[in-house]
Amino acid sequence: MLILYVLMLFMIIAAVIAVETRNLLSAVICVGSIGFVGSLMFLFLCAPDIAITQIVVEVLGLIILIRATISRDLTFISGDKEFFGVVVSIVLIAVIFLAGMKVLDTLPAFGTAIFTQVPDAASQVYLSEGLQRTGAANIVTSVILDFRAYDTLGEATVLFTSILGASAILRKKSRRRLG
Amino acid sequence: MIDGMKGMTVIVKTISSWVKLLIFLFGIYIVLFGHLTPGGGFAGGIILASSYVLLMFAYGREFVEANLPLGLASKLDSVGAFLFALVAILGFAFGGAFFANFLYQNYLPGESLRLISAGTIPLSNIAIGLKVGASLFLIILTLSICCHYEAGSEEPNDDEE
Repeated sequence: MLILYVLMLFMIIAAVIAVETRNLLSAVICVGSIGFVGSLMFLFLCAPDIAITQIVVEVLGLIILIRATISRDLTFISGDKEFFGVVVSIVLIAVIFLAGMKVLDTLPAFGTAIFTQVPDAASQVYLSEGLQRTGAANIVTSVILDFRAYDTLGEATVLFTSILGASAILRKKSRRRLG
Repeated sequence: MIDGMKGMTVIVKTISSWVKLLIFLFGIYIVLFGHLTPGGGFAGGIILASSYVLLMFAYGREFVEANLPLGLASKLDSVGAFLFALVAILGFAFGGAFFANFLYQNYLPGESLRLISAGTIPLSNIAIGLKVGASLFLIILTLSICCHYEAGSEEPNDDEE
């Protein structure tokens, strides 16, 4: 459990550096290291599925971000910060922190699953009957492609729409000249 | 095949052309065994796309675009989406509910822990793997085209901006 706190501290430090640094490239690398440490945390929590996805998405997202930032001229941020913006962000952080403290008190303790407290929870049914009802040994796959397949269809639709929009906006030549 | 002008050095090109095959094979394994081991369509598709991204960094954009053209990639993307919707509609036709696992419930009951098991789940994994891989490849290729036009001036950009 101690390793999780160490990793979380590392993530917080990396996030602060990513916000505060003036070099965009090092900010991008800091964001990538946050994702990498997040995947390590998933590994320590015994979730290799999510860890694989997290590390691939973060590494590939890092490549995309570097690709997008490295050709811009504006790799250094100049200018002073406004006083009003700083005050507003500090107040917002304080409010969210206090509300989060209140909410965290109502959650079950870290490491105790919610389905051990609710007898007929859906997640318990997925775990105990997933193999018999779908035949898939990987419970995660049986959940996302059988029990919750609507959700996956929505995700696929989001991906399809985003690539449609990206290739429509960023295409090489306009298909029809206007005027 | 290896022209020295575009991309990185010969060492990087040779190594990446071997490693690319291994990454591609690993992606296919992750997609096909998604119902047995950790992984699945999303992770495997991203690994498939990243093998082409490695090739793009080593050889340059033109080589990759000749290897897997934009039109073919978008067709693969659409085929993946179509297959996934087809699995869902076949479940409605044969199993009585949208996304019903009709293959497992009607034809292959009790078979588990094998490669051909779990009914429609491997089919959905393959469809999602195709779709995610082609989508990410297309996104990265489109972004690199955008950067190419802004950075260099090989071809005149005749769009109005």
